[in-house]
Amino acid sequence: MSSLSDLINLNLSDSTEKIIAEYIWVGGTGMDVRSKARTLSGPVSDPSKLPKWNYDGSSTGQAPGEDSEVILYPQAIFRDPFRRGSNILVICDAYTPAGEPIPTNKRCRAAKIFSHPDVAAEVTWYGLEQEYTLLQKDVKWPLGWPIGGYPGPQGPYYCGAGVDKAFGRDIVDAHYKACLYAGINISGINGEVMPGQWEFQVGPSVGISAADELWAARYILERITEVAGVVLSLDPKPIEGDWNGAGAHTNYSTKSMRNEGGYEIIKKAIEKLGLKHKEHIAAYGEGNERRLTGKHETADINTFKWGVANRGASIRVGRDTEKDGKGYFEDRRPASNMDPYVVTSMIAETTILWKP
Amino acid sequence: MSLLSDLINLNLSGTTKKIIAEYIWIGGSGMDLRSKARTLDGVVSDPQKLPKWNYDGSSTGQAPGEDSEVILYPQAIFKDPFRRGNNILVMCDAYTPAGEPIPTNKRYNAAKIFSHPDVAAEVPWYGIEQEYTLLQKDLKWPIGWPVGGYPGPQGPYYCGAGADKAFGRDVVDSHYKACLYAGINISGINGEVMPGQWEFQVGPSVGISAGDELWVARYILERITEIAGVVVSFDPKPIEGDWNGAGAHTNYSTKSMRNDGGYEVIKKAIGNLQLRHKEHIAAYGEGNERRLTGRHETADIHTFSWGVANRGASVRVGRDTEKAGKGYFEDRRPASNMDPYVVTSMIAETTILWKP
Repeated sequence: MSSLSDLINLNLSDSTEKIIAEYIWVGGTGMDVRSKARTLSGPVSDPSKLPKWNYDGSSTGQAPGEDSEVILYPQAIFRDPFRRGSNILVICDAYTPAGEPIPTNKRCRAAKIFSHPDVAAEVTWYGLEQEYTLLQKDVKWPLGWPIGGYPGPQGPYYCGAGVDKAFGRDIVDAHYKACLYAGINISGINGEVMPGQWEFQVGPSVGISAADELWAARYILERITEVAGVVLSLDPKPIEGDWNGAGAHTNYSTKSMRNEGGYEIIKKAIEKLGLKHKEHIAAYGEGNERRLTGKHETADINTFKWGVANRGASIRVGRDTEKDGKGYFEDRRPASNMDPYVVTSMIAETTILWKP
Repeated sequence: MSLLSDLINLNLSGTTKKIIAEYIWIGGSGMDLRSKARTLDGVVSDPQKLPKWNYDGSSTGQAPGEDSEVILYPQAIFKDPFRRGNNILVMCDAYTPAGEPIPTNKRYNAAKIFSHPDVAAEVPWYGIEQEYTLLQKDLKWPIGWPVGGYPGPQGPYYCGAGADKAFGRDVVDSHYKACLYAGINISGINGEVMPGQWEFQVGPSVGISAGDELWVARYILERITEIAGVVVSFDPKPIEGDWNGAGAHTNYSTKSMRNDGGYEVIKKAIGNLQLRHKEHIAAYGEGNERRLTGRHETADIHTFSWGVANRGASVRVGRDTEKAGKGYFEDRRPASNMDPYVVTSMIAETTILWKP
């Protein structure tokens, strides 16, 4: 019999102009990604030329049954690494039929902040370090961990190789190439301190595109773990005890920080972040209090502190930046389950627009 | 040794002009698809030019043993996604040797209705949303469900991604491409509310071709699930309890509805449907009373209701249509096991030909 892969891998460009567009959006929990596909009559490369669409918001906790339509506005296009050819992935955000962003739509407000002239002029760059844990399906215990027990303590796993040290590399490597294929600005990967935990980085990306790219990368990771039969967790502290949590460290710079004299701008920006510590923490991901304990390379959630090369601080400035007198800094507070639209725009708002 | 796949994937156009035509028809239950193949001398693209054929009706519950020949009339041609090359799938309907449609041949009557001048003038368009459930072979329990138990409640599965949320995507994605390859007007796919349940949409297609295309899409799905080793179920309520059923929502419009002032025509049409609710329900699929309960995004089987954006109604009108004053409406009553020849022609008959 024909195999399924013969059919899945059919290159349709020989038989039709039609393409398949997978529309992706964030669901009712603010963390669940949803998608569905439609056929378009030909290739499209400009999101504003894609048709709006709608979905059943009553099935995602985003609308009541008697008035269930939620409208999808296409915002960013990536190449589809699963269907390939001219097929595309489309990152969307969600609106009521009247044109109002629904409550879980965090992109709309972020886009407003990024188009503020003062913010746009600063050409904000973001490098997002997404950590995540792979879990065995059904038991929800980390991949590679013995059922009913624990692996040897942390030490050998960070950037490790070997069947007893690295669990799930096929997912990580497939994800890396798939994202590069898709056109996402994925800058690297590494195995993390806790076994079964990994990290990929997206950036440097400007303004709103950092978050669009991170959501697309998260979607691709869900699809790849689905193929691999493994469950993706973005929980910030998946295992209690002497095991690292998972974060989404956010590296940030503005034009002023990247130019001569930038180090002073950086220090001033960090000071402002310190004054708004509580507000930021509240928006940096659910369950972060289980992770930000002051141990395991984190700063305590109630304390704000910064330092050069200090991984136990809320904000870390790299030695390069200190030496050059300009560069960028790393906000280590966001949890792995943070919404990048919220975090990136909030950092820009606090450091550029907010006056203490 | 050659692999079987080397042989299955042989491209014969290099060695011969002959092609293979797979003749497809509907069997005695009205839901079982049957097919057999024959060799033809050369490429054929017009169904009228294909030879009539016959099959053993006594083996499909469609004829007695002593007079078993049932004649196949070719009606529509599609490209064969399994054999590829110049090979074809042929959708047929069935007649006695005397030329009478056999009782299970619903296409014949539908074709008569669609060629009525009043119906033809209205150019009726159909978009059919085929829902279906994938079952584990042998157990007949849905794919991805633990044997002897149930998955977590509905919520995360609609349009979901991830190994714990989407079960059987390879079937769905290969079906999408296979149908596009075949020339079927497949407009999209999505994961459904119940885990292991999926949907594809065919349309907009005009008149009788909607039924032809849906039946061939169902055939291709049977063939693909056969390869994948899972069973496809078109039962309208495969699992009792707090689990969604499976429908075949039928979107419909006529030329008058698509033009200015169409909204009034739509309301009148819905009025006609309301007056013939019982007759339609009787023809909308066996076992539908287990599905149309008034819960799980359905309207109760005894009640006819309609509303804008209301997924709990019998007929739903989209917000776009309401706003534009013209468009189409969705009959949400048909079950997943409906016969599209019956449903599409009945809707046309009730809304265009029937006088209250």
